[in-house]
Amino acid sequence: MAFPSGTGASAKGKWALVNTVVVVYALLPVLWITSLSFKTKETIGDGNLIPRQWTLENYADIFNTSLFVRALVNSIGIALISTTIAVLLATMAAYAVARLEFPGKRALIGVSLLIAMFPQISLVTPLFNIERALGLFDTWPGLIVPYITFALPLAIYTLSAFFREIPWELEKAAKMDGATPAQAFRKVIAPLAAPGVFTTAILVFIFCWNDFLFAISLTSSEASRTVPAALSFFTGASQFEDPTGTVSAAAVVITVPIVVFVLFFQRRIVAGLTSGAVKG
Amino acid sequence: MAEIVLDAVSKRYPDGALAVSEVNLTVADGEFVILVGPSGCGKSTTLNMVAGLEDITSGELRIDGARMNERAPKDRDIAMVFQSYALYPHMTVRENMAFPLRLAKVDDKVVRTKVEEAAEVLDLVEHLDRRPANLSGGQRQRVAMGRAIVRSPKAFLMDEPLSNLDAKLRGQMRTALSRLQNRLATTTVYVTHDQTEAMTLGDRIVVLQAGIVQQIGAPQELYDRPANLFVAGFIGSPSMNFLPVTVEANRLHTPIGEVPLTARLRRLLADADAPRELIAGIRPEHFEDAALVEEHVREEGAVFTNTVEVLESLGSEKYAHFALEGEGARSQQLTDLASVTGSADVPTGGTSLLVTRLSSATDAQEKQRMDIWFDPDRFLVFDPDSGRNLTADA
Repeated sequence: MAFPSGTGASAKGKWALVNTVVVVYALLPVLWITSLSFKTKETIGDGNLIPRQWTLENYADIFNTSLFVRALVNSIGIALISTTIAVLLATMAAYAVARLEFPGKRALIGVSLLIAMFPQISLVTPLFNIERALGLFDTWPGLIVPYITFALPLAIYTLSAFFREIPWELEKAAKMDGATPAQAFRKVIAPLAAPGVFTTAILVFIFCWNDFLFAISLTSSEASRTVPAALSFFTGASQFEDPTGTVSAAAVVITVPIVVFVLFFQRRIVAGLTSGAVKG
Repeated sequence: MAEIVLDAVSKRYPDGALAVSEVNLTVADGEFVILVGPSGCGKSTTLNMVAGLEDITSGELRIDGARMNERAPKDRDIAMVFQSYALYPHMTVRENMAFPLRLAKVDDKVVRTKVEEAAEVLDLVEHLDRRPANLSGGQRQRVAMGRAIVRSPKAFLMDEPLSNLDAKLRGQMRTALSRLQNRLATTTVYVTHDQTEAMTLGDRIVVLQAGIVQQIGAPQELYDRPANLFVAGFIGSPSMNFLPVTVEANRLHTPIGEVPLTARLRRLLADADAPRELIAGIRPEHFEDAALVEEHVREEGAVFTNTVEVLESLGSEKYAHFALEGEGARSQQLTDLASVTGSADVPTGGTSLLVTRLSSATDAQEKQRMDIWFDPDRFLVFDPDSGRNLTADA
């Protein structure tokens, strides 16, 4: 990737400066919260970026409470299940949107856009009542269902863009080579769409993982409370103690899976993109 | 090995547009048939209908006598080579070529020998483990061919397979393709917009325009006896000259002088009950520098004198362009032709232009007058309204 303008050292220097500013701006809060999580209770308010006294006590504390560990299990489970189902459904829907002409196609696209733009807060009360009536309140499915609903439009949009990139002639060629439509999809289209599927999976996973609104409103106990919601229930040793240290430690811990997820799939994405070229 | 029959096959799109209208064509076993025409003439649609990638609106498609209209592409046992080659980018060359066999659940050992055989024929052996992205255009084209030939299908369909190659490579691949088809003797339907490719490759050519078959015939037949103005103008490069002519008594008034009607022409025109205003067509190679024509031959033909406007030398021959007085030939078919080929190729309206192909021995000079000899018996005469060739049955 070349720089847009100039090849001289000064142009590179300018870009380096701009990039540094952006990176520092974005990462400073992360650094700050990481620093807080390593500070002892006595030094937490001292305003130093680098802790004067290092401690792992905060991490030990959160993993000793069933509140956090249980929430972590809920978060991972709910996010993974939602992502899998949403991506599976969206792959099929996006393929149809990109390749097939069927009545109501425009309506489908319109409705999914509508869902994506719908203010979620206005759904919280009705969902609360519906889920209580159906017995879904405070269960895993109670969160998985709304997550899938809101993740689908995003997933369909991203995936159909990827499907449109795949030359239609490849599918025709597969048919001519003797493949059934299902075989053509499985052996030719799906492998080529893999980078798109992984990208979408990351986006959907992050969406489910980060959600706070549904997590706090549709759960009431450890049975299904996810980490973002559980964080707000943290308390210090006494009522009057501020749980800053433990909250920071928990925040750092829940960032880790996202980073791992992105790093893991990013390699797949890059590998897929570089080998997938049709035209040289 | 198969005979392909198109029996009044038509294609109408849901929006009502008629893409292909009642095509009747029988491709004999082992024959190489070319569908040629300008873009949008329905040639690719026809091919896709044979392949099964598009539904047939009406009519019947038979391969080896069996009706194919409702069969899926995979059940028709025909292979297709696409313009973009459509190689699977995530597979190696070997896997690309093996794909049809793997789908047919052929034994692993057989797959390997068949792929290697095909690679041998197409000179791809050292590229078998590379991916399509790392191959050159010509190599990709050969892989696409390889994928088609490995499973020995009943027929090959080719959709402009050479149009993505550069001119020189295209010429080489054309010869290679011809040789391959001769060797395999597999029925082949080939689509192209390039009339040179059509002339050089095909046993027979089908000229299509606006979804309607204009003429079916051997290349030389199409060249010598085009059925109408469209075919006459489309086949041949540089294209045929069209001149507005009037019949008067026993003479033909043309922008290049009055010529006597030969007995043959007179009889043909009388038989066809032709109008007096006609269009005459004559190919550039039927002219010659009068100075180079022997005396006794010269007397059989006619001579006109005009100023050379542009002279192009190709080494082996020279093209002399003349601007003639008066309006050019007008006909609906010529207008159609001009709009699909880019009007530069075909003179219509305005002053009429004349292209002549002369021997390289001529001393013709630009901007100088010269005598040009031609044989009036070479004139093809067309009806301006229907575009029909009135001299076709000679």
